[in-house]
Amino acid sequence: MIGAERAMDEAERRLISVTVNEVVHRAEVDVRLTLADFLRHTLQLTGTHVGCEHGVCGACTVLVGGHTARSCLMLAVQAHGHSVVTIEGLSTEGQPLPPLQQALADHHGLQCGFCTPGILTTLTELLRDNPSPSDEDIRVALSGNICRCTGYQGIVAAVRSLLPSAGREVRG
Amino acid sequence: MKPAPFAYHRPTTLDEAVAMLAEVAPLEGRVIAGGQSLIPMMALRLAYPTHLVDINGIGELDRVAVEGGELVVGALARHVRFETPVEPGPTGRLLARVAHNIAHFPIRSRGTMCGSLANADPASEWCLAAVTLDARLVARSRSGTREIAARDYFLGIMMTTLEPEEILVEVRLPLLPADARAGFYEFSRRAGDFALASCLCAYTLEGGLIARAWLGVGGAEAHPRRIADAEAALVGQPAGEAAFRAAAEIAAAGIDPLEDANTNAAYRRDLVRTVVRRALEAASRDAGV
Repeated sequence: MIGAERAMDEAERRLISVTVNEVVHRAEVDVRLTLADFLRHTLQLTGTHVGCEHGVCGACTVLVGGHTARSCLMLAVQAHGHSVVTIEGLSTEGQPLPPLQQALADHHGLQCGFCTPGILTTLTELLRDNPSPSDEDIRVALSGNICRCTGYQGIVAAVRSLLPSAGREVRG
Repeated sequence: MKPAPFAYHRPTTLDEAVAMLAEVAPLEGRVIAGGQSLIPMMALRLAYPTHLVDINGIGELDRVAVEGGELVVGALARHVRFETPVEPGPTGRLLARVAHNIAHFPIRSRGTMCGSLANADPASEWCLAAVTLDARLVARSRSGTREIAARDYFLGIMMTTLEPEEILVEVRLPLLPADARAGFYEFSRRAGDFALASCLCAYTLEGGLIARAWLGVGGAEAHPRRIADAEAALVGQPAGEAAFRAAAEIAAAGIDPLEDANTNAAYRRDLVRTVVRRALEAASRDAGV
């Protein structure tokens, strides 16, 4: 009845509909395709980076239904009917960078940029849910994102520069 | 790293799910909920189920409720749900403290408590909470429903008495008494990493002395376990440094420590001694009392 006899090498495909950055995409995908690979390979949204591909590095973090999730740890079929926001959805081409991205640039919050898409989705959620995070809150939020360039200080400084109290603090 | 091919099933009712699982479990079929442990294992080809039964579409499993002095947690209740207390007593406060120690937020937004219990990693915080609080696990298969006491559930590293054709549909955690003080402490090398040792504990006081005690150790043995001898050392004593140190010493001496290349038995015992003492100290400061 449910294909229990299905041969393992026969790739099962499903039709899915996923809203990505406010655009509805319909596609037929292998059921074993991860959401990360769906974004990158099927939709050509290569801003979402894949580092470790097993949920440790945080580079592939996107927003699913408004909450951060590792896109390498979700199947594309599991995103069916859901709304996803990627790094491409956080700014508009031809427009000035949004404050968070500009702050990251101003405070040397990125160098090679590989981890940056995951850092930005993580910080977008942090600042939405907690507009006045402490340094510890910022560091806890970042603890799931591995950056090998910045040493994190610039990233923390960038977030601090956006807080209401920023004028009273020493930057850097 | 991509998962090996599998067939995907997405039931919308529990009856449908257990019927599917009965059919595919003998063929290495698996249940998937949050997938935060199973998907990485599939990506690394440490697991290669031929069928996945995805229970995310079964709305009745997405619940957390207090019923008859128990906290009932359905199979789709995700870790993030516990970050703010799910009930006003010490259990809600304790689970909130525990939840913040589970991996990172993007994992907690997907992973589930019942999934952690089914996976049974020795370092799992929820496995420690279930066994220490005397939880009952409710397993459902096509042939019916059964309850498993947490103390009888864990068999070894990632091994449990859950049968392949059973779905862990909910866990029932008895609420701690309203005047209980509860504490939790875990040690890991990096934020969000697996605990090398952890302790969850609670006690009640009568006339200034500890009347009832709950104390479990996780991450240090093949599965989390309640340490009866350490609990006995607490009962009848004033809640303070002497009793806490005595209980910690007994727990450290009584465990059968896991060893790996970075962690030998002596180090694990030292960690257990420390996490037990710190968890008890945390309980003595439990703010809600």
